[in-house]
Amino acid sequence: MTRLAVPKTYKLYIGGKFPRSESGRTYEVVTQKGAFLANASLASRKDARDAVVAARAAFAGWSAATGYNRGQVLYRIAELLEGRRNQFVDEIVATEGASKSAATTQVDTAIDAWVWYAGWADKYVQVAGNGNAVSGPYFNLSTPEPTGVVAIIAPQAATAGASLLGLAATVAPAILSGNTVVVVASEGAPLAAISLAEVLATSDVPGGVVNILTGSPAEIAPWLAGHADVNALDLAGAGALDWVSLQVTAADTLKRVIAPETGIPAPSLERVVALTETKTVWHTKSLI
Amino acid sequence: MTEVSTSSTTGFLDYAPAPESTSVLNLKPSYGLFINGEFTAGHGTPFQTISPATEERIAEIANADSADVDAAVAAARRAYERSWSTMSGADRGKYLFRIARLVQERARELAVAESLDNGKPIKESRDVDVPLVAAWFFYYAGWADKLDYAGLGPNPRALGVAAQVIPWNFPLLMLAWKIAPALAAGNTVVLKPAETTPLSALIFAEILQQADLPAGVVNIITGAGDTGEALVNHPDVNKVAFTGSTAVGRAIAKSTAGSGKRLTLELGGKAANIVFDDAPIDQAIEGIVNGIFFNQGHVCCAGSRLLVQENVHDEVVDRLKQRLSTLRLGDPLDKNTDIGAINSREQLERIRQLSDIGEQEGAERWTAPCVIPEKGFWFAPTIFTNVSTSSTIAREEIFGPVLSVLTFRTPAEAIAKANNTPYGLSAGIWSDKGSRILAVADQLRAGVIWANTFNRFDPASPFGGYKESGYGREGGRQGLAAYLESAGWSAR
Repeated sequence: MTRLAVPKTYKLYIGGKFPRSESGRTYEVVTQKGAFLANASLASRKDARDAVVAARAAFAGWSAATGYNRGQVLYRIAELLEGRRNQFVDEIVATEGASKSAATTQVDTAIDAWVWYAGWADKYVQVAGNGNAVSGPYFNLSTPEPTGVVAIIAPQAATAGASLLGLAATVAPAILSGNTVVVVASEGAPLAAISLAEVLATSDVPGGVVNILTGSPAEIAPWLAGHADVNALDLAGAGALDWVSLQVTAADTLKRVIAPETGIPAPSLERVVALTETKTVWHTKSLI
Repeated sequence: MTEVSTSSTTGFLDYAPAPESTSVLNLKPSYGLFINGEFTAGHGTPFQTISPATEERIAEIANADSADVDAAVAAARRAYERSWSTMSGADRGKYLFRIARLVQERARELAVAESLDNGKPIKESRDVDVPLVAAWFFYYAGWADKLDYAGLGPNPRALGVAAQVIPWNFPLLMLAWKIAPALAAGNTVVLKPAETTPLSALIFAEILQQADLPAGVVNIITGAGDTGEALVNHPDVNKVAFTGSTAVGRAIAKSTAGSGKRLTLELGGKAANIVFDDAPIDQAIEGIVNGIFFNQGHVCCAGSRLLVQENVHDEVVDRLKQRLSTLRLGDPLDKNTDIGAINSREQLERIRQLSDIGEQEGAERWTAPCVIPEKGFWFAPTIFTNVSTSSTIAREEIFGPVLSVLTFRTPAEAIAKANNTPYGLSAGIWSDKGSRILAVADQLRAGVIWANTFNRFDPASPFGGYKESGYGREGGRQGLAAYLESAGWSAR
């Protein structure tokens, strides 16, 4: 006797909740051969703006958490991913058309990326910051701090490894320092992104720290690039879009912009530091 | 010194004039563009640079058109390829040490030229600007052969030709902030000083000749906004560094989008200077005055919004008015002068306009009693009280000697008000409680925070803003890294 499967409704992930698009729109996610897999939410401008509001609301708490705490939360993400490896492998095989071994490698690499970045949370300040020997009776210290709300166009389906590794490679370096993010997932392969949201929702990541939108990056990205409450724009997966226009729009509010990359960004401390601001504090020393 | 008399005309505050001699200057009647190690005539119509204190002409300055920009960039490219990028770091450092020493040797001359052309008091150009210029070159000289320690991994690469456009408020100091790290990292430079303050940069070009710096490593071209625009948009430029208004910074960010040029922008600010009720009041008053009246308030990181805890508001404002009444406004070359001339008629108009708007919007205006000279551009130190957070003068950068005073009751309110601006360049905190200073400093979204001090600068200390105050840092290791790329960090 065969059992009738229970398919999942894939929704957005905003502020720690799983709403449908306020527009009521969905789009079909299909296999490489065109077979129907699921209806994903087609996020709208309003969803993007709601996600920015959620990210901004989460910023104060997340950026004030200790590095040790953020590191443990990121590590917890890796732990939960590890326990759900098979689900992600299946989704990657279905959406990317990858072989089972390639999908397994992607999941393992993504888990390892979360672990690698988790370890930076309480260390990047030591490496990217410094005490400064100034000429005068001052204690002077430069420390990197999170830039704020970061909008990310994640690697898209044309790039192998986009669906899960692409998210780890862009979201982890942003949030480890205390940024909060709005990420537009791979349009063609969004299922792993929403399953990742389920992991995030149960791994002590405060609601609003990571907000995941599915749908058309071409439609959503301009609203994020122009949003006055977004501080940085990571165009990692925007290579196929008119990304120069996005950068021009982002200049209106002087956002920090990371240019598109070919392939999945390799783990790097520079990606972490690119989404931080150096704060330098001068303290007077009294004359004794 | 006990009683401060402000009404007396014969008190101890009356000083005989003590002007610095201009005989140390050896100015030419006209200056060309400094391209490929030589002064050459520009193709544009020359302009005059004047003293803002007297409106008298100082010299005629060449005007670079786009052909001149091409020539300067080509000279920088040649120098990059043929000499500067192949030279050892140690030798690059030695040239920078030479420059630092020559600046020290000609310090008096540079200070006089700066005060003459810019209008800032000689005591500031002599004691702050020029010593910091020498310090900046000395600091970065030592970095030139230590780039592996810049934090970008082994063998970081120079970017190539840097286009640098600087403002008129600290002409020579901004030149040093731009040129020193660029050369230490192995880049070559085309720099454009501001139209109203080109003089010290041209004397600096003579210093480069004395230092025997290889031709083309530094090119200095003069002109107005269109010259700067041609420079930053030149296709053979790899790095753009700009200090100036947020409007122009935004335009540069747009025009360089997608070009792969690396960008550092130091833009506007509207810094909060927060005074808690336990602040050491004497130091705080001096710090507030230094924060907003230093360099006539022509400082992007000026403490232009004074946030005073409500219970000490009246005392702080009274003490401030008393202190401002003792400031001497007048001849920038007089060693006793505290407040010099506003840099240009245009800037004076802007300060007047914004101050009038402040009054119209209901703020209470107080102006220090001082005699305004007949010629030149002047604006007496001004305080606005009863300023609301939505007031234009609490939001827009005035870039003049105008202080807006607001109040707060709790640290949380102070932080919220301080951060309530699209800018994020600097902030000040005055309190005797160390733990409160640290906690408040953590919450302020600004790149430079001064605790119980204000407007301190040092080549070892990174400077630059959050949010719409720009991006990148100048000074320190971070300022060096802005002119390098890691061997493993793809061009972006």
